Amino acid sequence: MSEVIVITSGKGGVGKTTTSANIGTGLAMLGMRTVMIDTDIGLRNLDVVMGLENRIVYNLVDVVEGNCRMKQALIRDKRYQNLYLLPSAQTRDKSAVNPEQMIKLVEDLREDFDYILLDCPAGIEQGFRNAIAGADRALVVTTPEVSAIRDADRIIGLLEASDLKSIHLIVNRVRMDMVRRGDMMSVDDVMDILAVPLLGAVPDDEAIVISANQGEPLAGTDSAPGQAYLDICKRLMGEDIPLYVPHVTRSLFSRISGFFKRAQEAI
Amino acid sequence: MIRMLRIRRERSGSVARRRLKILLAADKTGCSPELLEMLKSDLCRVLSRYMEVDSDRMEVRVERMPLPGYAQDMPALCANIPIRRLTCSKGTFG
Repeated sequence: MSEVIVITSGKGGVGKTTTSANIGTGLAMLGMRTVMIDTDIGLRNLDVVMGLENRIVYNLVDVVEGNCRMKQALIRDKRYQNLYLLPSAQTRDKSAVNPEQMIKLVEDLREDFDYILLDCPAGIEQGFRNAIAGADRALVVTTPEVSAIRDADRIIGLLEASDLKSIHLIVNRVRMDMVRRGDMMSVDDVMDILAVPLLGAVPDDEAIVISANQGEPLAGTDSAPGQAYLDICKRLMGEDIPLYVPHVTRSLFSRISGFFKRAQEAI
Repeated sequence: MIRMLRIRRERSGSVARRRLKILLAADKTGCSPELLEMLKSDLCRVLSRYMEVDSDRMEVRVERMPLPGYAQDMPALCANIPIRRLTCSKGTFG
């Protein structure tokens, strides 16, 4: 039985694509046949985060328009044989695809995959409508910021209105040091306000930037976010993993050098 | 000295929480806090022709709720306005 999951947020830049890449990688690592679909037509990014940007020949719009077969457009991941990417088109716009075509596309993939992940574009326009059309469940990504949570609330309302009832929250870029001193909303605060069950929280960590630079998602690696993503994948698969926010410990050296850097900037 | 100042100032996390709650309530009802304040003072002015109300303790808000005659939840104006004294001359209130 396959499951179609849309990863959405409303606001841009909160980490939808990073989350999609890492959940895809994590599920594949756990043995699931997984395909990630970049639905952001005109602004594709998931290929870059996955490090697959040089292998694109056909894209989502080509499949929808019948220019190629699905198998020709799917790109196999570098590391996992059971992980595929359907890239988005870079030279077209959102109107190139409609919700009915997306539903058909997703249905065609159900047979061959356990998980179909849809990386949704920012915003609430047609790109969002397309992405959620074929989904069974939704993961709403937010950060502990007023603007991101406000948009997440709006998105949750829109998802509920379009009869997508299974909605879970991922709180991204949590900095426990800031939460502890009261300068960042906690994961509990965010959950209280949005009233949606939590699937996981991901700590802010420079390892994320490094992994994006390298085009290698870090799900499952020995880093705080890597573990957080793997836990999220296990919870997606129905495993009962206790919720916690891994703390990113900064070494004494990085703290001292950070202090000097800030002091320098102040001068 | 710096520490004392810090203690007095509200932490930014709780500022964010407070702002968000007001913001989301306003988003849901489509009614800004500023607009509600205006409505509140207008209501006070009209009501004061009939009764003396406690304007400091009055609450006015817009909430979505099920209402008779509507298939879906509708925004409704909810107000709790304590009356200090009725000054109605017609004697309707006894």
